[in-house]
Amino acid sequence: MQTLLFLILFPILVACLLLFVKRTTSRYAVVVLSALAIGGASIYLLMRYAFEGAVYFAAPSETASLAMVAIEMALALFIIYMGAKFRNYLAIGLAVVQAALVVYLEMTFSENLHAINNLFIDQFSIIMALIIGIIGSLIAVYAVRYMETYHHLHPEVRDRQGTFFFVVFAFIAAMFGLVFSNNLLWIFFFWEVTTITSFLLIGYAETEEATKNAFLALVMNLLGGVAFIAAIIYLVAAGPASGGIDLAAVLASGDAAIILIPAVLIGFAGITKAALMPFSSWLLGAMVAPTPVSALLHSSTMVKAGVYILVRFAPVFAGTLAGVSVGLVGAVTFVVASAIAISQSNAKLVLAYSTIANLGLIAACAGVGTHMLVWAAILLIIFHAVAKSLLFLGTGAVENRIESRDIEDMEGLIVRMPKMAVMMFIGIAGMFLAPFGMLISKWAAIEAFVQVPFGIVFVAILAYGSAVTVFFWAKWMGKLITVIRGVEQIEKGFFEEPWIPLYIITGLVIAAAFLFPVISSMLIEPYVLVIYGVTAGLAQTNVAIMLLMMALLLFLPLSFALFRKSAKRLPAYMGGRPATADLHFEGSLGMTREAQTRNYYLTTCFGEARLFRPGAAVCIILILASWAFAGVAL
Amino acid sequence: MNRIMGAVIFLILAPLLGGLIAGIDRKITARMQGRVGPPILQPFYDVGKLFEKEKVVVTTAQNFYILAYLIFIALSGALFFAGGDLLLIIFAFTLAHVFLVLGAYAAHSPYSHIGAERELIQVMAYEPVIILTAVGFYMVTGSFYVVDMATTTIPVILYLPGVFLGLAAILTLKLRKSPFDISTSHHAHQEIVKGVTTEFSGSTLGQIEIAHWYENIFLLGIVYLFFAWNPVIGIIAVAVTYAAEIFVDNVTARVRWQAALKSGWLAAALGIANLAILSYMVYGGA
Repeated sequence: MQTLLFLILFPILVACLLLFVKRTTSRYAVVVLSALAIGGASIYLLMRYAFEGAVYFAAPSETASLAMVAIEMALALFIIYMGAKFRNYLAIGLAVVQAALVVYLEMTFSENLHAINNLFIDQFSIIMALIIGIIGSLIAVYAVRYMETYHHLHPEVRDRQGTFFFVVFAFIAAMFGLVFSNNLLWIFFFWEVTTITSFLLIGYAETEEATKNAFLALVMNLLGGVAFIAAIIYLVAAGPASGGIDLAAVLASGDAAIILIPAVLIGFAGITKAALMPFSSWLLGAMVAPTPVSALLHSSTMVKAGVYILVRFAPVFAGTLAGVSVGLVGAVTFVVASAIAISQSNAKLVLAYSTIANLGLIAACAGVGTHMLVWAAILLIIFHAVAKSLLFLGTGAVENRIESRDIEDMEGLIVRMPKMAVMMFIGIAGMFLAPFGMLISKWAAIEAFVQVPFGIVFVAILAYGSAVTVFFWAKWMGKLITVIRGVEQIEKGFFEEPWIPLYIITGLVIAAAFLFPVISSMLIEPYVLVIYGVTAGLAQTNVAIMLLMMALLLFLPLSFALFRKSAKRLPAYMGGRPATADLHFEGSLGMTREAQTRNYYLTTCFGEARLFRPGAAVCIILILASWAFAGVAL
Repeated sequence: MNRIMGAVIFLILAPLLGGLIAGIDRKITARMQGRVGPPILQPFYDVGKLFEKEKVVVTTAQNFYILAYLIFIALSGALFFAGGDLLLIIFAFTLAHVFLVLGAYAAHSPYSHIGAERELIQVMAYEPVIILTAVGFYMVTGSFYVVDMATTTIPVILYLPGVFLGLAAILTLKLRKSPFDISTSHHAHQEIVKGVTTEFSGSTLGQIEIAHWYENIFLLGIVYLFFAWNPVIGIIAVAVTYAAEIFVDNVTARVRWQAALKSGWLAAALGIANLAILSYMVYGGA
């Protein structure tokens, strides 16, 4: 239990320390050392508890719970203050409703608010802890130098780096708390803390846009928070049959009809936090924040909290129409967000839409909730966290050098920033190509959906969705590896972010593809086995073939040596006109003209304007349907 | 052991068979157009000659991607004839095509760039049908493994007529035939500078041809699976399907990419309707 408490409390300690560290070098030292400690502790957690199954701890609850309520009230006051300052009355309203509900709960049911075990750890929590502890702290390390550069490039932004890193580490602490808590009130507390921390990080630049988007995120997540606390009140009011505020007891409750309503409400909270449609706009708006924030929100924290809770409740959703509706929200989000990603040329927006799409896929798996789908969902969480953090950090590093985050401007990155291009190439491959991770999960998901009623709807959506996914990733990849002439390398910059986090994460993308059978058999399969009594996984021969493909991919670049020599180089074909290697050709009247290449964005088919609203409308209907189905089941 | 034999036989014989089919294809096409046409073995002469040409590139990297394309096309075909998991085979197949596209991108040429994008649109157009085909086979035979699909005694075509029609539609696209040959075409009369293959020449272009032969045999293998319960009917069906493709190729003109994409996705919708009815029959509406 000490490790768990350490992982929750130590980041808070570091956060407070960082408030007072002013110099970049000393801040860097602090962040690196604590990253090592946090990462190390998460790995220790893996070694200590991987084979133990679920272990529960009766952590001291009285004082801790009291402190949490106090902090919740303080946070509510803070939101009210901020809301008043920026005239956002909706935020104030939601904060008041939420605080009132918490007070009502504490007053009315005070004797029922004790879980026997407040903390726990199982294989799923270990996986989440590894993601938070390793990816999260690597992003923090990267952020130190990045923020220095950021303030150099944006002198107009007030330098509040002390606060920034305080919030980042508080965020990490809250995430650990969230995945280790067995007490639903505790989960709710940490849930709310992540809402506030993301609000603060998104609004960091203090521009009008940043503030607006920060409030958008706040309002949407508060809405989810209201649903969450409502679910807890429902559970407590329903009496002992529901399991009360003990997560394990709730999940094990035999009375499926009673816990379905709170499950759907908590699922709704998960939908808001995971930025599924119609709540995707907060995550899209969040890209105004400095890039490490996006990396954090998209890969290891925030949205992962949303899908974490959905996957936890998957056994409750399984086999219910309410669950199918929740799953469909995810599936529709998956296909619509993937399609919109085609029309975007802003790298961060493409990444954001792809995150939304993948979270949708995870939610689809969790909503339908069979054993194979939960297996796929957890695998998706892992692979997405690794590959997406790499892509965000890469995009950030590129942006600091070429001063653009437009994919068109990344043309020929393989020549200009070869190492970065290769890393981003691997990251993108990790997102959609066999034999990398995401594809394994998609594959497992297709196999699993075929076997359930209504599964054909999901399969159809998945078929279109993965076709669309190939398009937008491959054209980005193409831009990266285009070999252009007559440009210089700009990999070395004046201010350098440490690239070690990037190297490590790149290594993790490849390692995850090689090690997924181990991850699966050591962590995911036992977890699934305990819940469903059956286990899932890929057939041995297929795993062997995937590994073979992976090895082949790693060796193929050696063949470059074959082509090095002896080939004659000519400029590209330009309609038969005399041309040069940098795409200039002789036009009419002796003029030299330049040809340029641009990707297709197919805006008329896949534009945001055309798809977002219908997608959101369908998802709203599906969410309402999930409530209706849960109500009917009662 | 049988399975490895299947893969090996595919790797050796598929280029020969694929080339032969290409030769027959050209002959029939020529006859349809009132020409005499080249000898049946002409494709082999062509590819043989390509390998003797001078090595010319825009950038050396482009050859690397094409080699990867060839290897992964051959690999997916080999896995298919070894009776492997059809979904895995489809993903390997997609990977191969991404390599072809990347090769065209790497060359940084206006024509090959457009070809690359159009190839990607093609991938986007055909992918849903291919995935649904695998799913359909699973629903009928209860297995994703080609070996089970090939040895089934169920007349799969009777259960999956919609899926089969969908597949036939996108087969046009995959065989690079009119009206969907939007990224590169066999026909000179409707090609803007050879699209995706513009910047490839000599042995690299030869590799693309060979990969195409591998690919065609693999695709015809999928067609065969629909009729696998009776090998004779199966082979006749494959021949008839291919002949129909040649016919369509010669009576239609290339469409715009929008039409190609829509057709591909409509073909998938047809497949979905088919599978929905099937799933209704299996689950009885629940």
